[in-house]
Amino acid sequence: MFSRAYKTIVTAPPLLWVTVFLLIPYLLMFCYSFWSVSPAQTIVHSWDLANYRTLFRVNVYWQTLLRSMWIAARVTIFSLLLGYPLAYFLSFYAGKRKDLFYQLVIIPLWVSYLVRAYAWKTILGSDGVLNTLLQYVHFTKHPLEFLLYSPFAVVLTLTHIYTPFAFLPIYAALEHIPRNLVEASHDLGATPAQTFWKVIFPLSIPGVVAGATFAFVLSLGDFLAPLLLGGPSGIMISNIVVSLFGAAYNWPLGAAISLCMLALVVSLLFLSERLEKKWSFS
Amino acid sequence: MATIPSSAAAVRPTTATAKSTLLSIRSVAKSFGKNVVLREISLDIAEGEFLTILGESGSGKTTLLRIVAGFESASSGEVWMGDERLDRQPPYRRRVNTVFQHYALFPHLTVEQNVGYGLRVAGRPNAEIVTRVAEALGKVRMTEHAKSKPSKISGGQQQRVALARALVNRPRLLLLDEPLSALDANLRRQMQVELKSLQREVGIAFVFVTHDQEEAMVMSDRIALLRSGELEQIATPREIYSRPATAYVAQFIGHTNLLQGEVRQGVVHCNSLSWATQLPEGPVLFSLRPESIQVVSAAKPATPGQLRVRGRVLQQAFHGATELIRVQCLGDLVLTVRTPSGTGIPDEVDLEFSAASAVPVRPSAGRN
Repeated sequence: MFSRAYKTIVTAPPLLWVTVFLLIPYLLMFCYSFWSVSPAQTIVHSWDLANYRTLFRVNVYWQTLLRSMWIAARVTIFSLLLGYPLAYFLSFYAGKRKDLFYQLVIIPLWVSYLVRAYAWKTILGSDGVLNTLLQYVHFTKHPLEFLLYSPFAVVLTLTHIYTPFAFLPIYAALEHIPRNLVEASHDLGATPAQTFWKVIFPLSIPGVVAGATFAFVLSLGDFLAPLLLGGPSGIMISNIVVSLFGAAYNWPLGAAISLCMLALVVSLLFLSERLEKKWSFS
Repeated sequence: MATIPSSAAAVRPTTATAKSTLLSIRSVAKSFGKNVVLREISLDIAEGEFLTILGESGSGKTTLLRIVAGFESASSGEVWMGDERLDRQPPYRRRVNTVFQHYALFPHLTVEQNVGYGLRVAGRPNAEIVTRVAEALGKVRMTEHAKSKPSKISGGQQQRVALARALVNRPRLLLLDEPLSALDANLRRQMQVELKSLQREVGIAFVFVTHDQEEAMVMSDRIALLRSGELEQIATPREIYSRPATAYVAQFIGHTNLLQGEVRQGVVHCNSLSWATQLPEGPVLFSLRPESIQVVSAAKPATPGQLRVRGRVLQQAFHGATELIRVQCLGDLVLTVRTPSGTGIPDEVDLEFSAASAVPVRPSAGRN
């Protein structure tokens, strides 16, 4: 249908883009991850697995990686717990106000990430909105310290930021369910609760898997929320990578950690795709 | 459970049917905003009856079915099953099952699980579910596909599974919403026969919605013809064909000729024709079926009691065993006549029909 020349012209720029800005940098990172830094702060092209060994031997690295995964897991669970009922309500019960509610869910995505993170700072700080209120109602005498600069703050902020990402695929999956299946279920004597668990939920699983993947992968790699709200106990693996590529000047170790995370994320995406396929029926 | 409100007695129709009434639809009306979809529909469905609700798209036939199933609520009126008021019950409490237009099989469940769904949610013991599902699948000849997912079987097979899934619950009434419309012509005819014999076998009342008048004629005990939300006529297929109540019914079911005439002093005047009648004075409309008109040879003397006209053949259409010819008669009278195929038709023909076969019909509002 289209000429060869046309196809080449259309596909070349994106291919070039991906090669120059994605493939080559990853290749460089891959090389870096085997190199090392000399005491004189120069990169030594040494080709060994020392960096990968460091990653698993030095506690702070693998512990931070585990903590990051634990934070991401909590964010995922809370995003699903918030996103699923919201999507379900919108899809099945919002009626004419569906579009309005949908926009209300989407609008936060248009607001800068930094603004949303700083907003939590003003809410959770020791003289922030929440602590002031709690002291005013005599719930507590002193400001609650665990609210800010803690894993709690990171989980809260990331949940706020990534819930729309969990919501969207769930909503899409629910919208995709033919309504006559719901009617058929009621017709066959199933109560609304039975219909939900036997028909609606199983058919929405691909959306849940996609939403969970979004929330987990995005929060696992997040470094701004822990940087702004995490404090020392809320540090995540990306913060370590940032510092290794920056002040610590250990690009090889930073590259090794990045590649491990990349491998983790890619295998998660792979798994998620398999799960989605297993649960999708068309 | 259901208490009978005092108004019920007033709404209950007085007509008594030979078989006992299973479902009674009383003055049901439905509008979506300003759009009136159903107006004051009342009809009774007898035990074991095959009733077809026939109508064009937009006639309100599917809405009526959905009100009985419980997916829509009526704007006014009541639906009764025996002494139980149905329209206040949610769909999952009604002893009514539906076969949906596009089958609505659960895609994540196997054929077997689909059929067993109703029994499972009702909490029947496992052993009973297994035997009843096997029996139902056997009845629709789908046993060998029990473990398949719906996406792996053909449209006709999905149709049968949908039927088994509904019938396995032993409903008192089965609703079918254009269940054959997605099938191709041959399979469709085959399913019509199967469905009818299955209905005889299980003895459950069927309410079958279709826009296909042939299908309605073949399968039904009675046909209720809906038009723009109003019930035009409810009668057996034979009766509705031979004695259509309105011009619309006459035209919708089969071919017909509509003759506009006037009664003056006990005589009908219709174009050049006239015959004695008992009808009241005034304008009158007749339906005359093409097969009630015979082509006769000009040499043959007029048969006593028959009306005779001469005309010129305009058009001839082959319909297999018969042909339909359009004949331009005196004045602006054009008659469609059904003749056996293969008989040579001259350009000029003589036509005969008996006055009794011209059935007076009510003119239909809007068009006729």
